[in-house]
Amino acid sequence: MNEKIKLLIVDDSLIIRQAIEKNLNDFPLEVVGTAGDGKSALELFRKTEPDVVTLDITMPELDGIAVLEQMMKINKDAKVMVITALKDKATGLRAIQLGAKSFIIKPFTSEKLKSAFSRMLEKN
Amino acid sequence: MNETDLHFFIDSTVNYFEEVTSESAVTGIPYLKGKEPVVLDYSGIIGISGKRKGCVYITTTRDMLEELANIILGNQDAAVETVKDLTGEIANTISGNVREAYGSSFMISVPVVVEGRAKDIRLPEHVQAFVIPITWKDFKSFLVVCLE
Repeated sequence: MNEKIKLLIVDDSLIIRQAIEKNLNDFPLEVVGTAGDGKSALELFRKTEPDVVTLDITMPELDGIAVLEQMMKINKDAKVMVITALKDKATGLRAIQLGAKSFIIKPFTSEKLKSAFSRMLEKN
Repeated sequence: MNETDLHFFIDSTVNYFEEVTSESAVTGIPYLKGKEPVVLDYSGIIGISGKRKGCVYITTTRDMLEELANIILGNQDAAVETVKDLTGEIANTISGNVREAYGSSFMISVPVVVEGRAKDIRLPEHVQAFVIPITWKDFKSFLVVCLE
């Protein structure tokens, strides 16, 4: 069976959402939704039941840390990759403690994103 | 603000262009902002709160944003909304990356993007603002840092 991985892209930046979608195009994915704020992200997460989420932290409505906490309560098996400009250890640690499977810092190159995404998919 | 603060922002700016485009940006000597407006086609503004207070903004030209957007997305025709959005994302990334130096008590807002050169960007009146000139390829931009 050739089932595609369901991906939800969450970032308040339009160009980052576009760049993530473009760069992950080589993976067997179906983008089930994109969201530009935390509240919409949670609505889409419940509605589309994605396998994988890319999640920004600094966003309007609800920040990514609060969103991640909620997502893990709804489905702890979802694989969440946090993609943020916040380059401090405390933020990375908090995200991982809450259940993020991967954490990368903006700005990212295509190679960095693909490599981290690939490693995340391999994790159980 | 002191020289060390400025270096954090300069390093973050240089790193942004290097990572995204593989082509370094060159920063000029920072200077104190006077009453003259420092505003180009699009400006991305970030409010800073927590231990440090103030704001950071990058102001740049449409030409530079189009060139950068084309590199990021690999196409020739970035839409106006995309170009505008990119201004905010650059400001967000430069400001977010300096948390490596300041820690998580350096809190950044979501970006606000202002279009047009008509007016200056309003900054806190009692705080000195520094202007860091940036040249990437042949494009000029300015990063303005105004922190208590």
